[in-house]
Amino acid sequence: MDFVSFLTSWLFDGTHWTGSDGVPARLSEHLGYTAVALAIAVAVGFPLGAAIGHTGRGGLILVGAANGLRALPTLGVLTIVVGIAGIGLVPPITALIVLAIPPVMAGTYAGIRAIEPITVDAARGVGMREWEVLLRVEIPNALPLIFGGVRSAALQVVSTATIAAFVGVGGLGRYVFDGLAVQDYAQVASGAVLVAALAIIVDVLFIGLQRLVVSPGLTSAKSKGTSS
Amino acid sequence: MTWVFDHLGLLGGLTGTHVYLALVPLVVGLVLAIPLGWLASRSRPARAVLLSVSGLLYTIPSLALIVVLPGIIGTKILDSVNVIIPLTIYTVALLVRSIADALTSVPATVVAAATAIGYRPLRRFASVEFPLAVPVVIAGLRVAAVSNISLVSIGALIGISGYGVLFTDGFQLGFMTEIVVGVVATLLLALVADALLLLIGRLLTPWTRAGR
Repeated sequence: MDFVSFLTSWLFDGTHWTGSDGVPARLSEHLGYTAVALAIAVAVGFPLGAAIGHTGRGGLILVGAANGLRALPTLGVLTIVVGIAGIGLVPPITALIVLAIPPVMAGTYAGIRAIEPITVDAARGVGMREWEVLLRVEIPNALPLIFGGVRSAALQVVSTATIAAFVGVGGLGRYVFDGLAVQDYAQVASGAVLVAALAIIVDVLFIGLQRLVVSPGLTSAKSKGTSS
Repeated sequence: MTWVFDHLGLLGGLTGTHVYLALVPLVVGLVLAIPLGWLASRSRPARAVLLSVSGLLYTIPSLALIVVLPGIIGTKILDSVNVIIPLTIYTVALLVRSIADALTSVPATVVAAATAIGYRPLRRFASVEFPLAVPVVIAGLRVAAVSNISLVSIGALIGISGYGVLFTDGFQLGFMTEIVVGVVATLLLALVADALLLLIGRLLTPWTRAGR
Protein backbone atom coordinates (compact mmCIF):
# COMPACT_ATOMS: atom_id res chain seq x y z
CA MET A 1 0.00 0.00 0.00
CA ASP A 2 1.29 3.48 -0.74
CA PHE A 3 1.32 6.35 1.70
CA VAL A 4 -1.86 8.05 0.51
CA SER A 5 -3.94 4.88 0.69
CA PHE A 6 -2.58 4.24 4.21
CA LEU A 7 -3.82 7.69 5.18
CA THR A 8 -7.20 7.52 3.49
CA SER A 9 -7.91 4.01 4.76
CA TRP A 10 -7.33 5.16 8.33
CA LEU A 11 -8.62 8.73 8.24
CA PHE A 12 -11.81 7.91 6.33
CA ASP A 13 -12.71 5.12 8.72
CA GLY A 14 -15.60 6.53 10.75
CA THR A 15 -14.72 4.50 13.86
CA HIS A 16 -11.52 6.54 14.24
CA TRP A 17 -13.52 9.73 14.74
CA THR A 18 -15.62 8.80 17.77
CA GLY A 19 -15.06 7.75 21.38
CA SER A 20 -12.27 8.47 23.87
CA ASP A 21 -9.54 7.51 21.40
CA GLY A 22 -11.15 9.18 18.38
CA VAL A 23 -9.51 12.06 16.57
CA PRO A 24 -11.71 14.83 18.13
CA ALA A 25 -10.96 13.57 21.66
CA ARG A 26 -7.21 13.22 20.99
CA LEU A 27 -7.09 16.60 19.29
CA SER A 28 -8.78 18.33 22.22
CA GLU A 29 -6.36 16.62 24.63
CA HIS A 30 -3.44 17.80 22.51
CA LEU A 31 -4.80 21.37 22.34
CA GLY A 32 -5.60 21.26 26.05
CA TYR A 33 -1.99 20.38 27.05
CA THR A 34 -0.70 23.00 24.64
CA ALA A 35 -2.98 25.75 25.92
CA VAL A 36 -2.27 25.02 29.61
CA ALA A 37 1.49 24.78 29.12
CA LEU A 38 1.64 27.87 26.93
CA ALA A 39 -0.57 29.96 29.24
CA ILE A 40 1.56 29.14 32.29
CA ALA A 41 4.79 29.68 30.33
CA VAL A 42 3.59 33.12 29.20
CA ALA A 43 2.37 33.99 32.72
CA VAL A 44 5.86 33.22 34.06
CA GLY A 45 8.14 34.09 31.15
CA PHE A 46 6.59 37.34 29.95
CA PRO A 47 6.84 39.34 33.22
CA LEU A 48 10.34 38.00 33.87
CA GLY A 49 11.50 38.83 30.35
CA ALA A 50 9.91 42.29 30.59
CA ALA A 51 11.55 42.99 33.97
CA ILE A 52 14.96 41.83 32.75
CA GLY A 53 14.57 43.75 29.49
CA HIS A 54 13.48 46.95 31.25
CA THR A 55 16.23 46.94 33.89
CA GLY A 56 18.86 45.28 31.70
CA ARG A 57 19.96 43.16 34.67
CA GLY A 58 20.49 39.43 34.22
CA GLY A 59 20.26 39.59 30.43
CA LEU A 60 23.42 37.59 29.82
CA ILE A 61 22.24 34.76 32.05
CA LEU A 62 18.85 34.75 30.29
CA VAL A 63 20.31 34.57 26.78
CA GLY A 64 22.78 31.88 27.86
CA ALA A 65 20.00 29.83 29.46
CA ALA A 66 17.78 30.13 26.39
CA ASN A 67 20.61 28.97 24.13
CA GLY A 68 21.61 26.14 26.44
CA LEU A 69 18.05 24.92 26.46
CA ARG A 70 18.10 24.37 22.72
CA ALA A 71 20.70 21.69 23.35
CA LEU A 72 18.54 19.88 25.92
CA PRO A 73 17.04 16.72 24.39
CA THR A 74 13.28 16.99 25.03
CA LEU A 75 12.91 13.22 25.28
CA GLY A 76 15.56 13.23 28.03
CA VAL A 77 13.76 16.04 29.91
CA LEU A 78 10.42 14.20 29.67
CA THR A 79 11.78 10.88 30.89
CA ILE A 80 13.67 12.55 33.76
CA VAL A 81 10.59 14.45 34.95
CA VAL A 82 8.51 11.29 34.83
CA GLY A 83 11.32 9.40 36.60
CA ILE A 84 11.23 11.93 39.44
CA ALA A 85 7.51 12.68 39.69
CA GLY A 86 5.96 9.47 38.40
CA ILE A 87 3.39 8.70 35.73
CA GLY A 88 0.44 11.04 35.28
CA LEU A 89 -0.49 14.25 33.53
CA VAL A 90 1.35 16.73 35.72
CA PRO A 91 4.97 15.66 35.07
CA PRO A 92 4.79 15.81 31.25
CA ILE A 93 2.91 19.13 31.32
CA THR A 94 5.52 20.51 33.72
CA ALA A 95 8.19 19.49 31.22
CA LEU A 96 6.27 21.28 28.43
CA ILE A 97 6.10 24.44 30.57
CA VAL A 98 9.82 24.28 31.30
CA LEU A 99 10.55 24.02 27.57
CA ALA A 100 8.20 26.89 26.67
CA ILE A 101 9.35 29.49 29.22
CA PRO A 102 12.79 30.32 27.73
CA PRO A 103 11.57 31.26 24.21
CA VAL A 104 8.85 33.49 25.71
CA MET A 105 11.33 35.12 28.10
CA ALA A 106 14.05 35.53 25.50
CA GLY A 107 11.62 37.00 22.94
CA THR A 108 10.27 39.55 25.44
CA TYR A 109 13.76 40.47 26.60
CA ALA A 110 15.17 40.79 23.08
CA GLY A 111 12.16 42.82 21.95
CA ILE A 112 12.56 45.38 24.73
CA ARG A 113 16.34 45.56 24.35
CA ALA A 114 16.04 46.15 20.60
CA ILE A 115 14.13 49.42 21.07
CA GLU A 116 16.19 52.52 20.27
CA PRO A 117 17.29 54.04 23.62
CA ILE A 118 16.26 57.42 22.24
CA THR A 119 12.62 56.28 22.15
CA VAL A 120 12.73 55.20 25.78
CA ASP A 121 14.48 58.44 26.75
CA ALA A 122 11.82 60.44 24.95
CA ALA A 123 9.14 58.60 26.93
CA ARG A 124 10.91 59.50 30.17
CA GLY A 125 11.41 63.02 28.86
CA VAL A 126 7.69 63.61 28.44
CA GLY A 127 7.24 62.63 32.06
CA MET A 128 6.20 58.98 31.94
CA ARG A 129 6.83 56.93 35.06
CA GLU A 130 8.88 53.74 34.80
CA TRP A 131 5.83 51.48 34.67
CA GLU A 132 4.27 53.69 32.00
CA VAL A 133 7.47 53.51 29.96
CA LEU A 134 7.32 49.73 30.19
CA LEU A 135 3.59 49.28 29.52
CA ARG A 136 2.95 52.05 26.99
CA VAL A 137 6.24 52.29 25.11
CA GLU A 138 8.49 49.29 25.56
CA ILE A 139 5.97 46.44 25.40
CA PRO A 140 3.99 47.79 22.39
CA ASN A 141 7.24 48.39 20.52
CA ALA A 142 8.55 44.96 21.44
CA LEU A 143 5.37 43.11 20.38
CA PRO A 144 6.73 41.62 17.12
CA LEU A 145 9.60 39.89 18.93
CA ILE A 146 7.41 38.98 21.92
CA PHE A 147 5.01 37.29 19.53
CA GLY A 148 7.93 35.61 17.80
CA GLY A 149 8.93 34.12 21.15
CA VAL A 150 5.41 32.95 22.01
CA ARG A 151 5.01 31.49 18.53
CA SER A 152 8.16 29.43 18.74
CA ALA A 153 7.16 28.32 22.26
CA ALA A 154 3.77 27.22 20.90
CA LEU A 155 5.40 25.19 18.13
CA GLN A 156 7.82 23.64 20.59
CA VAL A 157 4.93 22.64 22.87
CA VAL A 158 2.75 21.22 20.07
CA SER A 159 5.58 19.06 18.81
CA THR A 160 6.83 18.01 22.25
CA ALA A 161 3.28 17.15 23.35
CA THR A 162 3.44 14.51 20.60
CA ILE A 163 6.57 13.00 22.14
CA ALA A 164 4.95 13.19 25.58
CA ALA A 165 2.61 10.39 24.46
CA PHE A 166 5.66 8.13 24.94
CA VAL A 167 5.49 8.72 28.70
CA GLY A 168 1.81 7.87 28.79
CA VAL A 169 -0.29 10.99 28.22
CA GLY A 170 -2.98 11.32 25.55
CA GLY A 171 -3.00 13.65 22.57
CA LEU A 172 -2.35 12.99 18.91
CA GLY A 173 1.02 11.40 19.69
CA ARG A 174 -0.90 8.37 21.02
CA TYR A 175 -1.65 7.28 17.45
CA VAL A 176 2.06 7.30 16.60
CA PHE A 177 3.10 5.24 19.63
CA ASP A 178 0.08 2.93 19.74
CA GLY A 179 0.50 2.33 16.00
CA LEU A 180 4.22 1.60 16.38
CA ALA A 181 3.53 -0.82 19.23
CA VAL A 182 1.16 -2.95 17.11
CA GLN A 183 2.93 -2.26 13.78
CA ASP A 184 -0.14 -0.53 12.38
CA TYR A 185 1.57 1.85 10.00
CA ALA A 186 -1.69 3.44 8.76
CA GLN A 187 -2.31 4.64 12.32
CA VAL A 188 1.27 5.89 12.76
CA ALA A 189 1.20 7.84 9.50
CA SER A 190 -2.24 9.32 10.16
CA GLY A 191 -1.16 10.47 13.64
CA ALA A 192 1.99 12.05 12.20
CA VAL A 193 0.09 13.86 9.46
CA LEU A 194 -2.51 15.14 11.96
CA VAL A 195 0.29 16.46 14.21
CA ALA A 196 2.05 18.13 11.29
CA ALA A 197 -1.21 19.75 10.14
CA LEU A 198 -1.93 20.95 13.68
CA ALA A 199 1.56 22.49 13.98
CA ILE A 200 1.16 24.35 10.69
CA ILE A 201 -2.34 25.60 11.62
CA VAL A 202 -1.14 26.81 15.03
CA ASP A 203 1.78 28.61 13.39
CA VAL A 204 -0.47 30.29 10.81
CA LEU A 205 -2.93 31.33 13.55
CA PHE A 206 -0.11 33.00 15.48
CA ILE A 207 1.06 34.84 12.37
CA GLY A 208 -2.51 36.10 11.85
CA LEU A 209 -2.88 37.09 15.50
CA GLN A 210 0.41 38.97 15.34
CA ARG A 211 -0.81 40.98 12.33
CA LEU A 212 -3.95 41.91 14.29
CA VAL A 213 -2.23 42.92 17.51
CA VAL A 214 0.99 44.62 16.42
CA SER A 215 0.68 48.36 15.83
CA PRO A 216 0.53 49.12 12.07
CA GLY A 217 2.93 52.03 12.61
CA LEU A 218 5.52 49.55 13.79
CA THR A 219 5.26 47.21 10.83
CA SER A 220 5.33 49.96 8.19
CA ALA A 221 8.35 51.59 9.86
CA LYS A 222 10.01 48.17 9.86
CA SER A 223 9.44 47.57 6.18
CA LYS A 224 10.93 50.98 5.39
CA GLY A 225 13.94 50.29 7.61
CA THR A 226 14.89 47.01 5.98
CA SER A 227 14.64 47.78 2.31
CA SER A 228 16.63 44.64 1.46
CA MET B 1 29.54 7.31 37.93
CA THR B 2 30.23 3.59 38.37
CA TRP B 3 27.54 2.92 35.78
CA VAL B 4 29.37 5.17 33.32
CA PHE B 5 32.68 3.35 33.83
CA ASP B 6 31.02 -0.04 33.52
CA HIS B 7 29.42 0.96 30.23
CA LEU B 8 32.19 2.92 28.49
CA GLY B 9 31.99 0.60 25.48
CA LEU B 10 28.25 1.15 25.09
CA LEU B 11 28.61 4.93 25.54
CA GLY B 12 31.45 5.08 23.02
CA GLY B 13 29.36 3.25 20.43
CA LEU B 14 26.34 5.48 21.04
CA THR B 15 28.53 8.58 20.78
CA GLY B 16 29.81 7.42 17.41
CA THR B 17 26.30 6.79 16.06
CA HIS B 18 25.00 10.03 17.53
CA VAL B 19 27.80 12.11 15.99
CA TYR B 20 27.31 10.39 12.63
CA LEU B 21 23.53 10.97 12.63
CA ALA B 22 23.96 14.65 13.54
CA LEU B 23 26.99 15.41 11.36
CA VAL B 24 25.85 13.95 8.01
CA PRO B 25 22.71 16.18 7.90
CA LEU B 26 24.84 19.20 8.83
CA VAL B 27 27.29 18.68 5.95
CA VAL B 28 24.67 17.65 3.37
CA GLY B 29 22.40 20.48 4.53
CA LEU B 30 25.18 23.05 4.12
CA VAL B 31 26.05 21.80 0.64
CA LEU B 32 22.39 22.03 -0.42
CA ALA B 33 21.75 25.36 1.29
CA ILE B 34 24.59 27.28 -0.42
CA PRO B 35 23.13 27.22 -3.98
CA LEU B 36 19.58 27.67 -2.63
CA GLY B 37 20.67 30.61 -0.46
CA TRP B 38 22.48 32.11 -3.43
CA LEU B 39 19.33 31.77 -5.53
CA ALA B 40 17.25 33.38 -2.77
CA SER B 41 19.67 36.32 -2.59
CA ARG B 42 19.44 36.85 -6.35
CA SER B 43 15.74 36.81 -7.13
CA ARG B 44 12.87 38.15 -5.06
CA PRO B 45 10.30 35.53 -6.18
CA ALA B 46 12.78 32.70 -5.52
CA ARG B 47 13.44 34.19 -2.09
CA ALA B 48 9.72 34.33 -1.29
CA VAL B 49 9.16 30.72 -2.37
CA LEU B 50 12.28 29.28 -0.73
CA LEU B 51 11.73 31.06 2.57
CA SER B 52 8.08 30.10 2.87
CA VAL B 53 8.78 26.47 1.96
CA SER B 54 11.60 26.29 4.49
CA GLY B 55 9.44 27.97 7.11
CA LEU B 56 6.74 25.38 6.48
CA LEU B 57 9.15 22.42 6.64
CA TYR B 58 10.70 23.80 9.83
CA THR B 59 7.24 23.83 11.41
CA ILE B 60 6.65 20.08 11.02
CA PRO B 61 7.44 18.26 14.28
CA SER B 62 10.48 15.99 14.04
CA LEU B 63 8.71 12.83 15.22
CA ALA B 64 6.02 13.28 12.55
CA LEU B 65 8.62 13.72 9.83
CA ILE B 66 10.64 10.72 11.02
CA VAL B 67 7.70 8.29 11.04
CA VAL B 68 6.17 9.59 7.81
CA LEU B 69 9.30 9.08 5.70
CA PRO B 70 9.23 5.26 5.48
CA GLY B 71 5.74 5.50 4.01
CA ILE B 72 6.70 8.13 1.46
CA ILE B 73 10.13 7.01 0.27
CA GLY B 74 9.79 3.33 1.08
CA THR B 75 12.65 2.95 3.59
CA LYS B 76 12.47 0.39 6.39
CA ILE B 77 11.27 1.88 9.66
CA LEU B 78 14.64 1.12 11.35
CA ASP B 79 16.70 2.71 8.57
CA SER B 80 18.84 5.57 9.92
CA VAL B 81 18.03 7.50 6.73
CA ASN B 82 14.67 8.23 8.38
CA VAL B 83 16.52 10.43 10.88
CA ILE B 84 19.16 11.79 8.50
CA ILE B 85 16.67 13.17 5.96
CA PRO B 86 14.47 15.14 8.42
CA LEU B 87 17.55 16.65 10.11
CA THR B 88 18.95 17.56 6.68
CA ILE B 89 15.64 19.27 5.86
CA TYR B 90 15.76 21.27 9.12
CA THR B 91 19.40 22.23 8.47
CA VAL B 92 18.64 23.41 4.93
CA ALA B 93 15.53 25.30 6.12
CA LEU B 94 17.59 27.10 8.75
CA LEU B 95 20.64 27.84 6.59
CA VAL B 96 18.86 29.04 3.42
CA ARG B 97 17.64 32.12 5.28
CA SER B 98 21.03 32.82 6.95
CA ILE B 99 22.94 32.41 3.69
CA ALA B 100 20.47 34.50 1.68
CA ASP B 101 20.55 37.30 4.27
CA ALA B 102 24.33 37.14 4.53
CA LEU B 103 24.81 37.34 0.76
CA THR B 104 22.32 40.18 0.47
CA SER B 105 24.19 42.15 3.11
CA VAL B 106 27.53 42.04 1.22
CA PRO B 107 28.06 45.73 0.32
CA ALA B 108 27.33 46.48 -3.34
CA THR B 109 30.58 48.45 -3.57
CA VAL B 110 32.59 45.34 -2.63
CA VAL B 111 30.88 43.28 -5.33
CA ALA B 112 31.37 46.12 -7.84
CA ALA B 113 35.06 46.39 -6.93
CA ALA B 114 35.55 42.64 -7.42
CA THR B 115 33.81 42.83 -10.78
CA ALA B 116 35.91 45.84 -11.77
CA ILE B 117 39.21 44.07 -11.14
CA GLY B 118 38.05 41.28 -13.41
CA TYR B 119 36.42 38.57 -11.22
CA ARG B 120 33.92 36.47 -13.11
CA PRO B 121 30.65 35.73 -11.25
CA LEU B 122 31.54 32.21 -10.06
CA ARG B 123 35.01 33.15 -8.84
CA ARG B 124 33.65 36.35 -7.32
CA PHE B 125 31.10 34.28 -5.38
CA ALA B 126 33.68 31.76 -4.18
CA SER B 127 36.43 34.20 -3.22
CA VAL B 128 34.61 37.42 -2.28
CA GLU B 129 30.90 37.10 -1.54
CA PHE B 130 30.80 33.72 0.22
CA PRO B 131 33.83 34.37 2.46
CA LEU B 132 32.22 37.62 3.61
CA ALA B 133 29.09 35.62 4.46
CA VAL B 134 31.03 33.03 6.50
CA PRO B 135 30.40 34.57 9.96
CA VAL B 136 26.63 34.44 9.42
CA VAL B 137 26.83 30.94 7.92
CA ILE B 138 28.81 29.76 10.94
CA ALA B 139 26.21 31.29 13.26
CA GLY B 140 23.50 29.35 11.40
CA LEU B 141 25.55 26.15 11.48
CA ARG B 142 26.00 26.47 15.25
CA VAL B 143 22.24 26.64 15.77
CA ALA B 144 21.69 23.75 13.35
CA ALA B 145 24.41 21.59 14.93
CA VAL B 146 23.09 22.04 18.46
CA SER B 147 19.49 21.37 17.47
CA ASN B 148 20.50 18.35 15.33
CA ILE B 149 22.39 16.88 18.26
CA SER B 150 19.40 17.29 20.52
CA LEU B 151 16.95 15.95 17.90
CA VAL B 152 18.85 12.74 17.03
CA SER B 153 17.52 11.33 20.32
CA ILE B 154 13.98 11.33 18.93
CA GLY B 155 15.08 8.54 16.58
CA ALA B 156 15.27 6.20 19.59
CA LEU B 157 11.46 6.28 19.72
CA ILE B 158 11.37 4.25 16.51
CA GLY B 159 14.43 2.21 17.46
CA ILE B 160 17.28 4.15 15.84
CA SER B 161 20.44 4.20 17.96
CA GLY B 162 22.15 7.23 19.56
CA TYR B 163 21.97 8.74 23.05
CA GLY B 164 18.18 8.57 22.79
CA VAL B 165 18.43 4.83 23.52
CA LEU B 166 19.56 5.79 27.04
CA PHE B 167 16.27 7.69 27.52
CA THR B 168 13.95 4.97 26.23
CA ASP B 169 15.87 2.24 28.10
CA GLY B 170 16.12 4.24 31.31
CA PHE B 171 12.42 5.08 31.13
CA GLN B 172 11.35 1.48 30.59
CA LEU B 173 13.62 0.19 33.38
CA GLY B 174 12.86 3.13 35.69
CA PHE B 175 16.64 3.70 35.85
CA MET B 176 17.32 7.42 36.29
CA THR B 177 21.13 7.24 36.10
CA GLU B 178 20.97 6.14 32.49
CA ILE B 179 18.66 9.02 31.52
CA VAL B 180 20.77 11.62 33.31
CA VAL B 181 23.94 10.27 31.66
CA GLY B 182 22.18 10.58 28.30
CA VAL B 183 21.18 14.21 28.91
CA VAL B 184 24.66 15.16 30.14
CA ALA B 185 26.31 13.38 27.18
CA THR B 186 24.02 15.22 24.73
CA LEU B 187 24.82 18.58 26.34
CA LEU B 188 28.58 17.86 26.29
CA LEU B 189 28.44 16.84 22.63
CA ALA B 190 26.50 20.02 21.76
CA LEU B 191 29.07 22.10 23.66
CA VAL B 192 31.99 20.46 21.82
CA ALA B 193 30.31 20.88 18.41
CA ASP B 194 29.54 24.52 19.16
CA ALA B 195 33.13 25.22 20.24
CA LEU B 196 34.53 23.46 17.15
CA LEU B 197 32.33 25.49 14.78
CA LEU B 198 33.31 28.70 16.58
CA LEU B 199 36.97 27.77 16.11
CA ILE B 200 36.49 26.91 12.42
CA GLY B 201 34.73 30.24 11.94
CA ARG B 202 37.67 32.12 13.51
CA LEU B 203 40.20 30.24 11.38
CA LEU B 204 38.23 30.97 8.19
CA THR B 205 37.86 34.70 8.85
CA PRO B 206 41.27 36.01 10.00
CA TRP B 207 40.43 39.48 8.63
CA THR B 208 37.75 40.05 11.25
CA ARG B 209 40.48 40.28 13.90
CA ALA B 210 43.11 42.13 11.86
CA GLY B 211 44.34 45.48 13.04
CA ARG B 212 43.22 45.16 16.63
